[in-house]
Amino acid sequence: MKIDRNNILTILAILVFFLFVWWGSNHLTAYAVRVWEDTLIFLMLSAGYNLINGVTGQFSLEPNGFVAIGAYVTAILILTPAQKESMFIIEPMVPWLANLHMSFLPALIIGGIVTAFVGFLLGFPVFRVRGDYLAIVTLGFGLTIRVVSNNTITITNGSLGLKGLPTYTNIWWCAVWAVIAMIVIMRIVDSAFGRAMKAVRDDEDAAIAMGINTLWIKQIAFVTAAFFEGVGGGLLASLITIISPTVFTFFLTFELLIIIVVGGLGSMTGTALATVVVVWGSELLRVVEQPMNIFGLHIPGIPGMRMVVFSILLIIMMIFAREGIMGQKEFSWDWIFNKIKGKRA
Amino acid sequence: MDLTIILQQLVNGVSLGSLYGLVAIGYTMVYGVIRLINFAHGDIMMVGMYFAFTGIAMMFLPWWAAFLLSMLASALVGVIVDRVAYKPLRNASRISALITAIGVSFFLENSFLVIYGGVPKAFPIPSVFNGAINIHSVIFPNIAIITPIVAIVFLLILLFILHKTKYGMAMRALSFDIDTVRIMGINVDLVISLVFALGSFLAALGGIFWAMRYPAINPLIGIMPGLKAFAAAVLGGIGSVTGAALGGFIIGVTEILVVALFPALAGYKDAFAFLFLIFVLLFKPTGILGEDLERGRF
Repeated sequence: MKIDRNNILTILAILVFFLFVWWGSNHLTAYAVRVWEDTLIFLMLSAGYNLINGVTGQFSLEPNGFVAIGAYVTAILILTPAQKESMFIIEPMVPWLANLHMSFLPALIIGGIVTAFVGFLLGFPVFRVRGDYLAIVTLGFGLTIRVVSNNTITITNGSLGLKGLPTYTNIWWCAVWAVIAMIVIMRIVDSAFGRAMKAVRDDEDAAIAMGINTLWIKQIAFVTAAFFEGVGGGLLASLITIISPTVFTFFLTFELLIIIVVGGLGSMTGTALATVVVVWGSELLRVVEQPMNIFGLHIPGIPGMRMVVFSILLIIMMIFAREGIMGQKEFSWDWIFNKIKGKRA
Repeated sequence: MDLTIILQQLVNGVSLGSLYGLVAIGYTMVYGVIRLINFAHGDIMMVGMYFAFTGIAMMFLPWWAAFLLSMLASALVGVIVDRVAYKPLRNASRISALITAIGVSFFLENSFLVIYGGVPKAFPIPSVFNGAINIHSVIFPNIAIITPIVAIVFLLILLFILHKTKYGMAMRALSFDIDTVRIMGINVDLVISLVFALGSFLAALGGIFWAMRYPAINPLIGIMPGLKAFAAAVLGGIGSVTGAALGGFIIGVTEILVVALFPALAGYKDAFAFLFLIFVLLFKPTGILGEDLERGRF
């Protein structure tokens, strides 16, 4: 890595970010810290999702499946054998998994690797189709994962799910992983692979004609996304401490989709911005689900109203502001300095 | 397993399959005309169920009036969805339209969740559809016999509209080339609205019969049958109405027979349709009766 102005500024920005995390972990309320943890995990998930959907242009709907795999693998690895024995009441767990136990970091990484491997295997059949077919097939994958986790009772405990996971996840785990994910993914986007991905997005046939192995390029994006979504799933599992087949539904994918659309398909910095806006926005939107009194008029809380607002927001975004906040552009230090100097970027 | 049980399961499968077929027709027609996977189509099915439920249980209409009104109202919902959400995106990329469709799907699900609540409602089954016929110790529930008949009647009506009327001709023309059709002085938006109306009408019909088969309805009930119906549309060859009906029958019968013959796999039944879908896309992307819409027609 070159030591130039931009890299130094990036490193400084990361340090400032960690300073904020350190300040936040001591001074913010437990609620705010919890929402920031969600934000950072979602940042990691949506950065991976944007790599495949936005940068490579392969519109797919699988993240909830990947997150579920990562969550299950991590959960199985961090539960103690005693906990597993007491939890698997329908059928005992397969012995070689029941006695496996490790600390959080290796469990997360193995969760990521297993998910990446599943993504790799899945890539071969699904990338034979393009466009909206890819969306449906990957959506089917997410549902299949749910069906499988419901039925492989000796591994996942079926519909009972896994309870009482140790709560290792804190804001530091989330922050460090989010930074790693952002750095790795942005480096990929900036590399020759990234340029090939954008070529595949803009015109797949032309990319093939230029000698780009499109399957290989899509696989790199897919496997990278799968790895980070798997790790994110592990972090989520240890954060919510209970997972079952119904936890990671298509709703999760929908939220991530809103984030990357709001941020701009193909822009990682846009994704970061949008994650904060959407996650915090959805917390603020809880107001519409609570009873209110307006000028003496009592309006009872309407559960589910938030999602109605969300979906209308997505439709309006798609009709009027398809580009999102950043479009396909990235925030860069050069842009700032050019602005200061009054030059055009 | 003896013959009577297999026969019974077959009837069961055909009846389930005709429901998938009815919903699949809407997918295939919309895709044929504007190349959009209408994600919200399964939810239109749910909308139809709730409208019929409202008509019978809350407005005390006779069942046939409630069913008819529900189908017409669902057709209207389909048209409104197209006009409000899809029409502004006709010239945008297909992915933008697809994301909007996902948004519409979530909007319908959640607004019905807000209106009717998440607790499943018991769908009131008119007495005509209750009961069963016993032929040589094989029991055929009335609903299992009526469903395929209704489905086939409506399929024939649809085929008549498509092939013998001017609007049907316009719909078929649209699936070849929208711009040329527009140059010919045909009101393209009106025809597209008609396609949405017909598709949603049939989806609501499928939804009502689905509700009489599984009479607990909730706002998320349309997702799974919707996806399976999409798989059926692809299996039959997307763009082909007869193919969609055929694909529906195949998926329905397979689902029931696999569960009947291998009870151990029953838990995995919701995944079959997708395995089907993946295999079809891998080995014969044009489906059974379909033409290659990307290459063959243009």
